[in-house]
Amino acid sequence: MAAISLRDVRKNYGATEVIHGVSLDVTDGEFIVIVGPSGCGKSTLLRMVAGLEPITAGTIEIGGRVVNDLEPRERDIAMVFQNYALYPHMSVYDNMAYGLKIAGLSKQAIRERVDVAATMLELKPYLDRKPRALSGGQRQRVAMGRALVRQPAAFLFDEPLSNLDAKLRVQMRLEIKSMQRKVETTSLYVTHDQVEAMTLADRLVVMNAGNAEQIDTPLNVYRQPATTFVAGFIGSPAMNMMAATVAANGRGLELDSGGSVKPRDTALAETGRKVLLGIRPEHLSLVQELNADLKLAVVAVETLGADTLAHGHLADSRGAGGDLVVRLPGTSPVKPGDVLPLAVEPGMAHLFDRETGKRIEA
Amino acid sequence: MIENRPWLNFFSHVVLILGVAVVALPVYIALIASTRGPNDFYSGVVPLLPGPHTIENYKQVLFAGISTSGAPPIGLMMFNSLVMALSIAIGKIAISIISAFAIVYFRFPFRSLAFWLIFVTLMLPVEVRILPTFKVVSDLGMLNSYAGLSIPLIASATATFLFRQFFLTVPEELMEAARVDGAGPMRFFWDILVPLSRTNMAALFVILFIYGWNQYLWPLMITTDPHYYTVVMAIKRMADVADSIPQWNVVMATVVLALLPPVLVVIAMQRLFVKGLVETEK
Repeated sequence: MAAISLRDVRKNYGATEVIHGVSLDVTDGEFIVIVGPSGCGKSTLLRMVAGLEPITAGTIEIGGRVVNDLEPRERDIAMVFQNYALYPHMSVYDNMAYGLKIAGLSKQAIRERVDVAATMLELKPYLDRKPRALSGGQRQRVAMGRALVRQPAAFLFDEPLSNLDAKLRVQMRLEIKSMQRKVETTSLYVTHDQVEAMTLADRLVVMNAGNAEQIDTPLNVYRQPATTFVAGFIGSPAMNMMAATVAANGRGLELDSGGSVKPRDTALAETGRKVLLGIRPEHLSLVQELNADLKLAVVAVETLGADTLAHGHLADSRGAGGDLVVRLPGTSPVKPGDVLPLAVEPGMAHLFDRETGKRIEA
Repeated sequence: MIENRPWLNFFSHVVLILGVAVVALPVYIALIASTRGPNDFYSGVVPLLPGPHTIENYKQVLFAGISTSGAPPIGLMMFNSLVMALSIAIGKIAISIISAFAIVYFRFPFRSLAFWLIFVTLMLPVEVRILPTFKVVSDLGMLNSYAGLSIPLIASATATFLFRQFFLTVPEELMEAARVDGAGPMRFFWDILVPLSRTNMAALFVILFIYGWNQYLWPLMITTDPHYYTVVMAIKRMADVADSIPQWNVVMATVVLALLPPVLVVIAMQRLFVKGLVETEK
């Protein structure tokens, strides 16, 4: 168990820089999830921590020790791979014991450790089987067992659940979480799935194009996205974004697509500033015509059972840019062609600078 | 086949049976000849039934040898062939798996040049380079020795290429998992790659053993001492006696004996061999 700290870590492939200086402090026992779209560098970052990928600049510390130039085995880490990477010719027991055998533990000690891990992961009946005779979920468990027996300073997970079906994924998600709680080992977990990210993480690292856009708890990331990218990436359906200009005399925001809005309990920026107004679909609610902030002309309706999603555009929009999605209760009788009067829930509007994409705080 | 077409069935069986007969009949005749007396084959009719001289013929071949061809008993030559075939098969596998490992898993200067050089030698079989190779071997004083019989034939581009292709299909994560588990390169090689290549090695072993066993030209070139003759050479020498009639019964007994080891190897390795050719176990 140990803290991990990244200081301005960079990675170049030839002349192209793919990781643009990521800094991150992970405290002992913390569960950090690195999330982002494919190609954002999240796996590369993890592999750099593992030592499978050399870093170009910056420092990585594990347990207070700079590990930049150490081999993976000297870093005291264990890794769970996306395709499990089990040794196909070894039994489950040998797969889990291999690292310990290399480390030179006695047969007795190996047996004890594997036994503990196998019990914890309910793998005891399968110890003599080859990986090929196991189901996907069981293989995943063996891969976790292999990491667990090493009792490393940190676990690194590289999209470990993406090869499983949806139901198993939910189950393994809970198991990973409870296992990590039990052993209290610092963990870095890479995924592109925002549900996994939100449910597992103590803190989230949202990555985009080689930058860490925001590092915070899942709720803070959801409530106060630091950039338009984070706002659009976390939350489903994605946050509605509308180009607007701050109007004079506190009259609210002039939307570029036409009309104006004055969100309640939201501090507006200085007059004339070009902004993006972000409102999550779930923070719009159906109200009386009189109290409406916005009017939505419904074009398509998706019924999900618990919720109904109404897609459309602002009723007074002039041409492009006024697209809007709203999440309504499942019972709402909405059909295409309706015009819905909507109000923004107080304090739930987000303002971003249109140039930089950064959140505007009052 | 799902359709029931009797004529087609009949026809295809005839073709298949003819095919088997063409391949098997000479072997059968050799087998029969080895059980006959010395003069049975000069009567004009090829005998098709076993004769009474089996034990006598094989005894002569194995323990007495044939004085006319100056050949020692066949036992020693069988042993020579075995040593040669085994050294070639094992040597080739050992060298090519290591060079494939180097080419696939290590980044060193001129790596692809090294690969292409190995690959180019595919175009140069022993027969093409036989004179220079003979010169080298004789200068090194390796004429009439087991080393001279096997070493020049050990380098193998084919096997290297085969192992390279196999290693390329081994998922990279396996190597990374081993690195994280603390295995160095050689440890990874021994604990992961070699066991995974087991079926490939078996398939190669069968092919290379037969290749080594059937070598004719090379042993003929470099051995002058009868103690290093191989059995394939012996057959030629026996059938090619000067000033007398070849003793076909004895020659055929030698042929049958020479056939046995490759057959045994194929039977012993059959399951792994087929697996190695059709299945990639990952």
